[in-house]
Amino acid sequence: MRLTLLNVIVAVVIAIGFAALNAAYLVWAERRGAARIQRRPGPNINGPFGLLQPPLDGIKLMAKQLTIPGGADKVLFIAAPVLAMFPAIMSFVTIPFSETIVAKNMNVGVLMIFAFASMGGMSLVFAGWSSRNKYAMMSSVRAVSQAVAYEIPMLITTITVVMISGSMDLMEIVRQQSGSILHWNIFPLLGNSHNILMPMSFLIFFTCTLAETNRAPFDLGEAESELVAGFHTEYGSMGFGLFFMGEYANIVIGSCMTTILFLGGWNAPLPFLGFIPGVFWFLLKLYLLIATFIWIRWTFPRTTIYGLLNLSWKILIPLSLFNLLFTAGLIKVF
Amino acid sequence: MVTYFSEIYHGLISLFIGMAITFKEFFKPTVTVAYPYETLTMCDRYRGHTELIENEEGKPNCVVCGLCEKACPSGCITLAGEKPEGEKKKVLTTYILDFTRCSLCGSCVESCNFNALTFSKEYNLASTRKEDFIFDLLKRLEERNK
Repeated sequence: MRLTLLNVIVAVVIAIGFAALNAAYLVWAERRGAARIQRRPGPNINGPFGLLQPPLDGIKLMAKQLTIPGGADKVLFIAAPVLAMFPAIMSFVTIPFSETIVAKNMNVGVLMIFAFASMGGMSLVFAGWSSRNKYAMMSSVRAVSQAVAYEIPMLITTITVVMISGSMDLMEIVRQQSGSILHWNIFPLLGNSHNILMPMSFLIFFTCTLAETNRAPFDLGEAESELVAGFHTEYGSMGFGLFFMGEYANIVIGSCMTTILFLGGWNAPLPFLGFIPGVFWFLLKLYLLIATFIWIRWTFPRTTIYGLLNLSWKILIPLSLFNLLFTAGLIKVF
Repeated sequence: MVTYFSEIYHGLISLFIGMAITFKEFFKPTVTVAYPYETLTMCDRYRGHTELIENEEGKPNCVVCGLCEKACPSGCITLAGEKPEGEKKKVLTTYILDFTRCSLCGSCVESCNFNALTFSKEYNLASTRKEDFIFDLLKRLEERNK
């Protein structure tokens, strides 16, 4: 696809629209899902099944005044929520939703997404630092140690997949998983990997995605029992709204990456289902993963900060390193 | 080394057990009641404020003996009656319950020998004015019969 001004604008509008719509309605899905698990009805007053709840929440947030605490670093304070939202939107540029639906495919797509994903941690640091609030400060300290701890196993696992595919191009990674469900990277049988440890890699990657997006049970950054609301303690109005949307947009990106790297992207699980458009399969896998995110959040209690770091340094990093070496060995042998 | 791997294994299994539980809960019916839209019927032993019991003609069973007034430890009850011309029994004319002081002890209901007093099932009581909790039970009885 040629890069003209028109399709850049169209891509940007679609990316922002998709991210915003997802963020708004994932909040609804989260609240409904949480309610179902806790055996309540959830938001059901505004509109059918409470579907008008997200726009009304949005209007409420936008109508509020944005207060900046005295002594806060104004520039960083305002920049932080924007910084939370924009890496997620940027990452949509290179995510292939199907063989044809991709804004701009690039041969270092994996690298680009991880580069932007690592900026997500920066917004938390900015928010915590500029708020001039001790709880926000502690939260950003935690966010940094968490980001450092979980980006390592995540990247090592990604390198494993990249080694198997021999490409950093997201479309190429997906194409190599075509065929059937057994060709996907998560299953070691017929695909390129022949590595029986791939399901473990998938679990490691998924856990790291949870931690990277600051989702429960790894939401130490906004542990409300200890830190009021963590880094967004001082944010009201749409500043808070942007953090919230950023969180959900990051979940979408994380699930997209899991789908692409391990679940065969837009490929149909069985060959005879290939007549259904790829984008359907992609979105199906994406939303199943997101449902799992919500499901996990409402199942497990929050971990402790040392439990979180122990899990990464003592379990995830050794296991992912081992799998990296194991995969390298297998590639050399076969 | 063995404990390291067995800890990981058992930890992982316990996570899946937890997720299976929430998965099952997800499909069970809701147990909460959307309060203003639907309400539960109160149980038999619920104690609301007291209420007069009526006879078949819709008149209160009360014979104005005043035992409830004497039994009340907080002095919530003020009642009065009169004997109309040609009647044998007294007829209740006012029965005021000052619910602001009532502790729902039930002494009035216990002391009544004529099956004239009972607890109501009323629980939707909220107001910003004190006067709203001084109930004229005779009036409430008439309103109930309308």
